[in-house]
Amino acid sequence: MSKQTVLYEKHQAMGARLVPFGGWDMPLHYGSQLDEHHQVRRDAGMFDVSHMTVVDLKGDGAKSYLRYLLANDVGRLKESGKALYSCMLNEQGGVVDDLIVYYLNDAWYRMVVNAGTTEKDLAWLDRMSAEYEVTITPRRDLAMIAIQGPNARGKAIPLLSANLQQNGADLKPFNAVADDEWFVARTGYTGEDGFEIMLPGDQAADFWQQLNDVGVAPCGLGARDTLRLEAGMNLYGSDMDEETSPLEAGLGWTVAWEPEARNFIGRPVLERQRNDPQKKRFVGLVLTGRGVLRNHLKLFDGQKAIGEITSGGFAPTLERSIALARVEADIGETCEVEIRGKRVAAQVVKPPFARNGKATITL
Amino acid sequence: MSNTPTDRRYAKSHEWLKDEGDGSFTVGITDHAQGLLGDLVFVELPEIGTAVEAGNDCAVVESVKAASDVYSPVTGEVIAVNEALDGAPETINEDAFGKGWMFKVKAADAGESDSLLDAAGYDALVAEEE
Repeated sequence: MSKQTVLYEKHQAMGARLVPFGGWDMPLHYGSQLDEHHQVRRDAGMFDVSHMTVVDLKGDGAKSYLRYLLANDVGRLKESGKALYSCMLNEQGGVVDDLIVYYLNDAWYRMVVNAGTTEKDLAWLDRMSAEYEVTITPRRDLAMIAIQGPNARGKAIPLLSANLQQNGADLKPFNAVADDEWFVARTGYTGEDGFEIMLPGDQAADFWQQLNDVGVAPCGLGARDTLRLEAGMNLYGSDMDEETSPLEAGLGWTVAWEPEARNFIGRPVLERQRNDPQKKRFVGLVLTGRGVLRNHLKLFDGQKAIGEITSGGFAPTLERSIALARVEADIGETCEVEIRGKRVAAQVVKPPFARNGKATITL
Repeated sequence: MSNTPTDRRYAKSHEWLKDEGDGSFTVGITDHAQGLLGDLVFVELPEIGTAVEAGNDCAVVESVKAASDVYSPVTGEVIAVNEALDGAPETINEDAFGKGWMFKVKAADAGESDSLLDAAGYDALVAEEE
């Protein structure tokens, strides 16, 4: 039996097609996934992301715990509200989950983890915390709404409390501000400006309706996926998992090697891999022939198999098919993709494909 | 109220088949099928002259999220394809029973379509699946 977020009835009332996702019944779209995609690139859309889990980490040991737990370094966070994207690795250097962690103060951090991995993550967080003075509290009482698009902040700010209106308008990218149980972050998963707002579950339906009434269109997981793919953002479970190191998933930039003395889980394996010239690369692909790139399609250079698509699909902003792929280190500027037994040409590019309403690659 | 046209037959795999009265049949996917697939972004049609067999896949429709095979409801030879779909696959979303037709087959046995569902039978199938 799938779980339902506090916005479930809103989704039904707004005509959502609901599908199972990560243990939850979530909106796939409210009519047209393509329209929702364009709505976010051009104006403002909102996503129910309450299926994701907010976890508060409190106590004097929270900072040293997170510096051990995460491949990125929370020691870099000095300003209250500052956010950091990181992978949480296992001892083999594989990715247990990817997450955002917010620094509130030295004894309070907040992280947001994926829905489908929540139970595994909580067990891992607990197991790794034995030596640290830290309290780990999943905040099931909070809902979360992502409001994304060039007009997202402008439409959302007037609906916030007086305090948050001022602080929310002043927020810099990748920063957050809290007011009582509300938490407003200028973050997202679409490549557009916007907010991710955590709020008490019992206030979420009203806020969702207010956003709708000022022209923020409800958008489903379908558009969320095409938006993040165009933005070149990884999806856990597709682009990386427990068998994949962040260095082979295009996430090397999220690993904090300095200071060298910081020991984080998985570090020894990553150190060895770091200098391996054979390690796989993570690239973008644009299909130049006809068809649609899909997850797990195989890539070739002549007869030689050179990799696999980890996330593929149609990019509405580019009106072409694009993909993220894990490939051999020596891949050239083009390759071939096998689609239903036929070889189709693709160009190798550096993601992102689109951000802030526009294509970021030229062909 | 059903909007399933009564002037044609339906396969359980959600294709429609319209008898053009000259031994040829027009094939497309149903409005119900396009609704399930969502926004279509790519259509791969058979080549003219291809021999198709009833129940075998001979075309592909790809939506934003997934690819689906389209099966020919009759055996015969492809004599025309809707080339307009190439640049505008969304035509199937907009008008699955009309402008969104996919291909025409010259049937080997014109009586073969009698075994397919009529509109009421197809509506019952859809109701059962939902």
